[in-house]
Amino acid sequence: MTTQSRVPSIPAPAAPRTGRRAPVRGRTLRTDRWWAQPAVTVAVLTSFVVYSTWAAFVDRDYFWEPYLSPFYSPCLATRCGLVPGSQGAPHVGIFGSWWIISPAIIILIVPLGFRLTCYYYRKAYYRSFWLSPPACAVAEPHRRYTGETRFPLILQNVHRYFFYLGFLLNIVLSYDAVIAFRDHQGRWGHAGLGTLVLVLNALLLWAYTLSCHSCRGIVGGRLNHFSRHPVRYRLWTWVSRWNRYHGQIAWVSLVWVALADLYVRLVAAGWITDVRFF
Amino acid sequence: MGYDLKLRVWRGDENGGGLVDFTVPVEEGEVVLDAIHRLQATQAHDLAVRWNCKAGKCGSCSAEINGRPRLMCMTRLSLFDPAEPVTVTPLRTFPVIRDLVTDVSFNYEKAKTVPPFTPPEGLALGEYRMAQVDVERSQEFRKCIECFLCQNVCHVIRDHEENKQHFAGPRFFIRYAELDMHPLDTLDRKRQLRDEHGLGLCNITKCCTEVCPEGIKITDNAIIPMKERVVDTRYDPLTRFIRRFRSPEQPRRPAPERQGQTAADS
Ligand code: SF4
Ligand code: SF4
Ligand code: FES
Ligand code: FES
Repeated sequence: MTTQSRVPSIPAPAAPRTGRRAPVRGRTLRTDRWWAQPAVTVAVLTSFVVYSTWAAFVDRDYFWEPYLSPFYSPCLATRCGLVPGSQGAPHVGIFGSWWIISPAIIILIVPLGFRLTCYYYRKAYYRSFWLSPPACAVAEPHRRYTGETRFPLILQNVHRYFFYLGFLLNIVLSYDAVIAFRDHQGRWGHAGLGTLVLVLNALLLWAYTLSCHSCRGIVGGRLNHFSRHPVRYRLWTWVSRWNRYHGQIAWVSLVWVALADLYVRLVAAGWITDVRFF
Repeated sequence: MGYDLKLRVWRGDENGGGLVDFTVPVEEGEVVLDAIHRLQATQAHDLAVRWNCKAGKCGSCSAEINGRPRLMCMTRLSLFDPAEPVTVTPLRTFPVIRDLVTDVSFNYEKAKTVPPFTPPEGLALGEYRMAQVDVERSQEFRKCIECFLCQNVCHVIRDHEENKQHFAGPRFFIRYAELDMHPLDTLDRKRQLRDEHGLGLCNITKCCTEVCPEGIKITDNAIIPMKERVVDTRYDPLTRFIRRFRSPEQPRRPAPERQGQTAADS
């Protein structure tokens, strides 16, 4: 036993283990621009909220035959058509004439609730507005954290009901896109730039709605035996494929719906004239 | 072409420590673990570091590199600007033992509290029959190498030590999903997942998915589907109503109440 190499002895710990974490200083050691993404999210979401609040309350310039702004569709009060820039707007008078503020407020609850409880937007605003966490491996500023276990955040669990409502709303918005294939006098078989805007709007909203995580669960995610439900398995595979891009679709459809409102608004107010294709 | 890498490594133990600067010659194509090994061989012989496979498959070499949770053996040096120092620190969420080695037993304690796969009674090993489409989802979660990077990055316990008691973490959420979606499993674990293992604490901010070296879509494919399944059985009056009339696909027994306390709880 003469050739045994000398192994440097590891000193025994001075005291019993305390179970403490390594005292690394600093909120994060990340060196990249981790703050950029939350900053962009705050900027885009804030601009959208400011614009859409204004557009919803201003209560004018939302209809120019045959285009109806998606913010005001379906119009649920008889007030539609009476304010400037809305003459001839189709309406379903459920709320009658006593509803005297902007009718957009009634229907916007659906897309607002749908997007507010959306799994993707939750991630986006928890990170950027609530900083919980602002970015991965960057400490959050809150002392206590209960996640989605308490009121009010436990209400996020209603998301699927907003999915059902959003689905119905999309049918209406698709109808709006179809009737946009008319000219200003109401004759069928015509189209303008506004038609394209509304058709794209409807398609993007369908992409957003059908790629929803709740949708994925409803069509098949809750099953354990796909082999016994071939149709639902097909649907689930299809939704899953789109679901991967749900975050990106969420942004594009959000921006597009605001642009669609803006386009109809500018045309209805007479700021621009609709480009007619045929 | 080789160069001199400025390496900044956390050294110390639970009683204190700090970042120590070194200069280590490195070669093209090397990874952070190579630099750490060279440092250990040539300058800091007593540097503690845990590793095994050098192939991203054992999950031992987890650390934080420039503040980001990563496997040292899978992080190429070409990722970094040679002029800037590269910082390597131990996982923040678990107690440090020494230098880059942390005590990850929290995860083993949690693992013990997840009820194991429970096939139907009377079905012996070797008699399991299932269709590939039925087990595909569960198979994604079997890729886990237990590096615990996801557990480490999750802000629920990283920033709030007190939550460790009631939170199993993303690694075990995929385990729950794997079993709950399994066509032959007979336990209903959703109550336990929600009440004891804190699924509701997760706010789906996806950091676990971002760091997983196996590319498992932890949040999209396990956590969110499990949240939806909890809604099915717990919050949604409509599905609960429908379920009363339609027998579920396969009746499941509730998971047994937990026996006693585990070390992680006390
Ligand atoms: S998604 Fe949930 S489990 Fe994953 S890191 Fe974020 S909070 Fe933790
Ligand atoms: S899920 Fe991914 S990050 Fe988490 S322990 Fe497994 S391999 Fe590591
Ligand atoms: S709409 Fe985003 S998850 Fe349902
Ligand atoms: S040494 Fe095995 S994963 Fe890095």
